[in-house]
Amino acid sequence: MNVNVAEPRREVVLSARDVVVGFGEKNTLDHLDLDVYRGEVLGFVGGSGAGKSVLMRTIIGLVPKRQGKIEVFGVDLDAATEEELVAVEQRWGILFQQGALFSSLNVLQNVQFPIREYLNVSERLMQEIAVAKLEMVGLSPDVQEKYPAELSGGMIKRVALARALALDPELVFLDEPTSGLDPIGAGEFDELIRTLQRTLGLTVYMVTHDLDSLHAICDRIAVLAGGKVILTGTMQDMLVSEHPWLKAYFRGKRARMAHLQD
Amino acid sequence: MSEQVEILKSRRQGDRLVLTPVGPWTAVHAHDLEPVIEAQATSSQPERAVDIDMSQVKPLDTFGAWLIERLARAWNARGAETRIVGLPEDYRGLVDEVHDANLKRPPVRVQPSRILVMLDTIGRSLVAVGQAAMLILQMLGQVSAVGFRAMLHPTKFRWTSMVVHIDRVGWNGVPIMLLVTFLIGCILAQQGIFHFRKFGADIFVIDMIGILVLREVGVLVVSIMIAGRSGSAYTAEIGSMKMREEIDALRTMGFDPVEVLILPRIVALVISLPLLAFLGSMAALYGGGLVAWLYGGIDPDVFLGRLREAISLETFLVGIIKAPVMAFIIGIVAAVQGLQVQGSAESLGARTTSSVVISIFLVIVLDGFFAIFFAAIGM
Repeated sequence: MNVNVAEPRREVVLSARDVVVGFGEKNTLDHLDLDVYRGEVLGFVGGSGAGKSVLMRTIIGLVPKRQGKIEVFGVDLDAATEEELVAVEQRWGILFQQGALFSSLNVLQNVQFPIREYLNVSERLMQEIAVAKLEMVGLSPDVQEKYPAELSGGMIKRVALARALALDPELVFLDEPTSGLDPIGAGEFDELIRTLQRTLGLTVYMVTHDLDSLHAICDRIAVLAGGKVILTGTMQDMLVSEHPWLKAYFRGKRARMAHLQD
Repeated sequence: MSEQVEILKSRRQGDRLVLTPVGPWTAVHAHDLEPVIEAQATSSQPERAVDIDMSQVKPLDTFGAWLIERLARAWNARGAETRIVGLPEDYRGLVDEVHDANLKRPPVRVQPSRILVMLDTIGRSLVAVGQAAMLILQMLGQVSAVGFRAMLHPTKFRWTSMVVHIDRVGWNGVPIMLLVTFLIGCILAQQGIFHFRKFGADIFVIDMIGILVLREVGVLVVSIMIAGRSGSAYTAEIGSMKMREEIDALRTMGFDPVEVLILPRIVALVISLPLLAFLGSMAALYGGGLVAWLYGGIDPDVFLGRLREAISLETFLVGIIKAPVMAFIIGIVAAVQGLQVQGSAESLGARTTSSVVISIFLVIVLDGFFAIFFAAIGM
């Protein structure tokens, strides 16, 4: 069962209960439970192929589940009407692993896209907000006219983050935000996520493999193994756990290199 | 709305104007908030000093914070000393963040005159046509070079790849080619009989079908179908390989993409198209004969006898000689366009479209040249 470390009573923005997801005969997620609280940065770890991305995609409705219930902002996503779903979708933002920028739109149009579709605001405000978002993620104005194919990996992640934040969501899903970035770029991106999380009061659900990210910006870490969340807690809880996978992950060679022991 | 009045309260305190935004200032309300801000920002009443009291805003997001900032900037620009007061600590970071936003004016793009734009477009299109022609010539050269090399070292040629593509382009294309050419044969016969009968010349329909199908229609229809069916597929395949850097990977491993990817495809096309054109011609003749019998009352015996007199081996050769050339040009155009694909999905679509358009155009133009050539040599 879920080994929850004593948590103060906080508002739950996302709760998954008894979720079963499978492909073919095998169940990737097996009666999984998870809570995400308002205002926290939750780091989600697990071995490759353990189903981290599957869970994220299940929560945001891209993968059908066999059983279970997922509530976001208190709305049961299966029972929700079309309007309720759209309302929830406007309150979350998603950063896909490869950025998933629309290749036929330039940077500015990519960020403006959700604003243009969902909010009835003037062209001028849309322009200003999009530029402000791009500045918030640390991009200079001269990238605005560029197309995704002309951007570097780090810039794509930043633009994708700006697009995820376009509607000022309360909850942001990040799928391996620092993968493919060099350590300096990854560090800067972590810092950026932390800053934006504080400024905008975001709740962040972050799938990651980056021990530095976990260490630097996550308030809480959830570990997925065998289709279940085997442990949630702080980095300290992870380090004292005797679970073999956790020991290997957090106290292995690479972890030591990431200076997690100090 | 009654609450709209309450979005931004204003009162006077001494010689200061105190503006108090109230309630939620967030993205979903931005539509109602912006006009209020605009009305304030454009009002002509002069003020010495303005306070924006933020204590009653909850919640606030980037949209709200930016609109407040816009208001503050508007007052500042008119010489009023503007302060933001009563800001809850939670929103401090956000307000500071937008305070630095949008300071650089976006570069103003000048709209060039319409005639200039038109001339520019014409010039660019002409250059593009020239470049496309150059690229086709270049590909022709490259394919010939690797083709000759493959002839000298046949073991190096990718036979497996070629067989796979013959299966896809040739074998899998047989049913649709047969169906379409059969129908065209039927239509030719029906139209011919209908009109020729008026002056009692319906027997000459057989001459018309025989010559038309074998010399022109069989090859032309099959080539156009192949350009749409297989040329587009080649462009899309090569284009998406280009997008995913597979072509670059091949190159860095010391392989020539023209040799590995393009030559086997073109050879497969050059082998398949004549076979399909032959099958297509037979299907068209069969369709023509069928309609001549059922609709025109011309017995199959009569049809065959007349056909034997009307056509010769030469008629057939004139048609079938064109087929490999058509195949070659379709393959070259598909490869050139595929390698031109850039990073976006849009460019893949655009290139696939131009691959089909250009190859059909060239097929028809070539057919014209062949007609002139055969006329000149008396075939």
